[in-house]
Amino acid sequence: MIADGVENEEKWLAAGIAGLQQNAFYMHRALDSNNLRDALKYSAQMLSELRTSKLSPHKYYELYMRAFDELRKLEMFFKEEARRGCSIIDLYELVQHAGNILPRLYLLCTVGSVYIKSKEAPAKDVLKDLVEMCRGIQHPVRGLFLRSYLSQVSRDKLPDIGSEYEGDADTVVDAVEFVLQNFTEMNKLWVRMQHQGPAREKEKREKERSELRDLVGKNLHVLSQIEGVDLDMYKDTVLPRVLEQVVNCKDEIAQFYLMDCIIQVFPDEYHLQTLEILLGACPQLQPSVDIKTVLSRLMERLSNYAASSAEVLPEFLQVEAFSKLNNAIGKVIEAQVDMPIFGAVTLYSSLLTFTLHVHPDRLDYADQVLGACVKKLSSKGKLDDSKATKQIVALLSAPLEKYNDIVTALKLSNYPRVMEYLDLETNKIMATVIIQSIMKNNTHIATADKVEALFELMTGLIKDLDGAEEEVDEDDFKDEQNSVARLIQMLYNDDQEEMFQIICTVKKHIMTGGPKRLPFTVPPLVFSSLKLVRRLQGSQDQEENPFADESSTSPKKIFQLLNQTIEALLIVPAPELALRLYLQCAEAANDCDLEPVAYEFFTQAYILYEEEVSDSKAQVTALHLIIGTLQRMHVFGVENRDTLTHKATGYSAKLLKKPDQCRAVYRCAHLFWVDDQDNMKDGERVLICLKRALRIANAAQQMSNAARGNTGSVSLFVEILNKYLYFYEKGNPQITVAAIQSLIELITTEMQSDNSASDPAADAFLASTLRYLQFQKQKGGAIGEKYEAIKVLVNDTVVIFTEL
Amino acid sequence: MNYLMGAFKPSCNISTTFSDAKNRKQVPMKKENGQTVMVPLFHSQENIAGKISIEPLPGKKVDHNGVKVELLGQIEMYFDRGNFYDFTSLVRELDVPGEIYERKTYPFEFSTVEMPYETYNGVNVRLRYVLKVTVTRGYAGSIIEYQDFLVRNYSPPPTINNCIKMEVGIEDCLHIEFEYNKSKYHLKDVIIGKIYFLLVRIKIKNMDLEIRRRESTGSGANTHVETETLAKFELMDGAPVRGESIPIRLFLSPYELTPTHRNINNKFSVKYYLNLVLVDEEDRRYFKQQEITIYRLQESS
Repeated sequence: MIADGVENEEKWLAAGIAGLQQNAFYMHRALDSNNLRDALKYSAQMLSELRTSKLSPHKYYELYMRAFDELRKLEMFFKEEARRGCSIIDLYELVQHAGNILPRLYLLCTVGSVYIKSKEAPAKDVLKDLVEMCRGIQHPVRGLFLRSYLSQVSRDKLPDIGSEYEGDADTVVDAVEFVLQNFTEMNKLWVRMQHQGPAREKEKREKERSELRDLVGKNLHVLSQIEGVDLDMYKDTVLPRVLEQVVNCKDEIAQFYLMDCIIQVFPDEYHLQTLEILLGACPQLQPSVDIKTVLSRLMERLSNYAASSAEVLPEFLQVEAFSKLNNAIGKVIEAQVDMPIFGAVTLYSSLLTFTLHVHPDRLDYADQVLGACVKKLSSKGKLDDSKATKQIVALLSAPLEKYNDIVTALKLSNYPRVMEYLDLETNKIMATVIIQSIMKNNTHIATADKVEALFELMTGLIKDLDGAEEEVDEDDFKDEQNSVARLIQMLYNDDQEEMFQIICTVKKHIMTGGPKRLPFTVPPLVFSSLKLVRRLQGSQDQEENPFADESSTSPKKIFQLLNQTIEALLIVPAPELALRLYLQCAEAANDCDLEPVAYEFFTQAYILYEEEVSDSKAQVTALHLIIGTLQRMHVFGVENRDTLTHKATGYSAKLLKKPDQCRAVYRCAHLFWVDDQDNMKDGERVLICLKRALRIANAAQQMSNAARGNTGSVSLFVEILNKYLYFYEKGNPQITVAAIQSLIELITTEMQSDNSASDPAADAFLASTLRYLQFQKQKGGAIGEKYEAIKVLVNDTVVIFTEL
Repeated sequence: MNYLMGAFKPSCNISTTFSDAKNRKQVPMKKENGQTVMVPLFHSQENIAGKISIEPLPGKKVDHNGVKVELLGQIEMYFDRGNFYDFTSLVRELDVPGEIYERKTYPFEFSTVEMPYETYNGVNVRLRYVLKVTVTRGYAGSIIEYQDFLVRNYSPPPTINNCIKMEVGIEDCLHIEFEYNKSKYHLKDVIIGKIYFLLVRIKIKNMDLEIRRRESTGSGANTHVETETLAKFELMDGAPVRGESIPIRLFLSPYELTPTHRNINNKFSVKYYLNLVLVDEEDRRYFKQQEITIYRLQESS
């Protein structure tokens, strides 16, 4: 059916073109023989093809363009006739004898154009007559095309200022009047289309109308091109008249298109100076008009205008552009009750962009906009409209992009209030945007207040909000939390007091984060705090007793805070992480000479190890960390240290796997030998540890032999050998050359035995170790002498072995 | 037939020439046989003078009982064709009975002739003026020659010429107000006016303005009325809405109009009407007819 329609339309168009061409042919013949009567007759017949009602605007246009071309030839002929002495006035009458109105008016416009050119009558009179006579066409499509033709032929003949058709006084008024009238009539016709024809074809009609809209808009373009339209005339005549038509036509499509047209075709400075008038029309438009787009474009234009040159900025201030726009938006939102919240937010977003561009120094304006937005949002509750939330993100991102500085945005008191209306998902997105902005710009957020405000903004990332049960993608979640972690690291103030406040604030917030977030957020906080501790420590060294005041920040206080913070991880539970952090804290406390604090942290770590770390691999790691940390502690008194080392050694021996046991035990040896502290060099206990390690290694081999039929790798022995060498080198008197030599012997024997599994790594390890011995020997001096004592008898064999 | 024609061939040629033939305006006139000939144009109260020459065929003489010329104003009704009613009849005797041997010329003159009516060629009636030259002969039948001429009478511009303004329509359906700038138009006049749509509830397709001529002949029960549409002029294309006003500008010159004739000698009348016709999408016609008076205005030279 529709295909039929299209096919038929093609047929009708073809028929129309054929008819047109045929008559055009006869017309040409008449023109060639200077036969005016026939020329008029055939041109009228030719134009009669335009009387069709069967074509869609698109096809009609095709026909119109052909007629248009032919009329140019006719116009030339009329000009010739006039030159030959034929009275143009007679000609003007003659064409009006045509019986059919449409051809008559096309001919009249054509002659009219020549008439104006001849200057036998003032242009304004002819134009006025033409535009009046065109009223006879009330059919929308035909009328629009006719008037468009009129507009086309008269464009270069308007009695504009400076034009050759300019008359005595004020004729530009007539030019404007003419265009305005033509515009008004065209718009009426265009709007009328909407109401003609059956309701079921509404969509088709709207499509057709949109095809025709440029014919109407063209008039506004012509108006904007008239030289004589200066600001005063624009303000007093053109704009009010155009707006009157726009408002009164009460048509959604027209209002939207024309408002946009006005904004696009007239100069920015005009808009600025007539903002009140233009904006005054907005609330009067139909509620369904997409006013937000219109206003957004206006604001966009004005923003660009403001950006174009600094010289125009005073103009903006002078006309109070911001308050006018703000008022207008308020009114529009009030007037368009049904406007979706998304529309309102878009408007505010555009206004915000505008004010940021034009008045970057007026934060209060930006805040006002946000405030108005909050007010509007408050009537709706949380948003679930995805478009609206998108717009809010845009709204909130604008200040960030503009200032590149969240600190400025934080000054906007309404900023967080807007965020409250976002749904969780969007809130998160927004928070991420904020963090990214901070990262990108390396923003320095230096006060607790700002941090407080910032975290308020990022609530979505910081804690679970009510009713949030949605499935969160694991990776996304990690990314989010990692960015929060990065943010925490970036908070910094040189003033220690303030820094402490910042830490307290952050802690307050992240503690609400729940088990999933804490593992991400606690570590950065801990490290940030520890950084502060070290700074305090540093300054303490320089100044004597700067923290006499109880209320001021002290490492102790921070440690208390840290203790609580890490404790929070227990609920998660994340014992391994907590353990590491405890150890870090202990080390920091060590540096601050706070023995009880350090001890406390160690205790916590041990408790965790005993009670929470059950996985054997985790145990191994944890234990290594404990040993490593403990080794570095110097703050402990003998008693405390004994307790802790004893415990650590005890744990080592209780590990599940023999090799693990072995390794932990030989590491424990270090606990008794701290190089730079003479009171912590207990050679005997070192040896005990190493011997025990050897025993365990031996046991491990036997177990392996029993279970698998080979003794397994010798690498444990090599490792122990290295420990021997280390302590030997460090001067532990208990480590003898004999012991080392017998260990090397043992290893080589083991390696040569049949039931040892070959292990290239272990071989290489041994080879390197032996090379090291060699190297040290060659060094000479005290160390060389020391090593000289060790006789490596089987050196060559080993080398052969390793090279195989 | 040719033979008979030869037998009854008048034995002389009669020709009429007007004394101011060179300067007098000639206008076309349609004859009964459809041919158009150029004839001189006169106005009422003019002197009609000229010469009539009678030239016998070579070698023949014309015996007559007298020669006269008549100026006749005649009305002919087509239902009674050939029967002329003379409303004007003037006679000039040119010669006493005698014989004409050679070309003989008689001057004649009708001075300030009252010719109140214009020449008119209608559907059912015509009004004509003619010069009738009669060479009276007793036995062979008189020789008669006719010379047509046209009469047109100018009217001064009317002193009262009101516009025609009227609100018409169909209750709750269509209300329009139309206005023609005058009620009396001369033949080359322009009708200016407008139509204002007060209420439109029907889908109008177009609107035309027609000029109609109503020729009524006879009187009483025998009145015969003939209406012709002389002009059909499209005023509007498409459906207007309330508040639209459509301009009218109709040049009368292209149409073959005559002045309005009212009750010419109790024989006929010719009246003109403007008929405003609106056609809706179902091709129903809504119209309003208004009489206008057409007059002939002295053409400025």
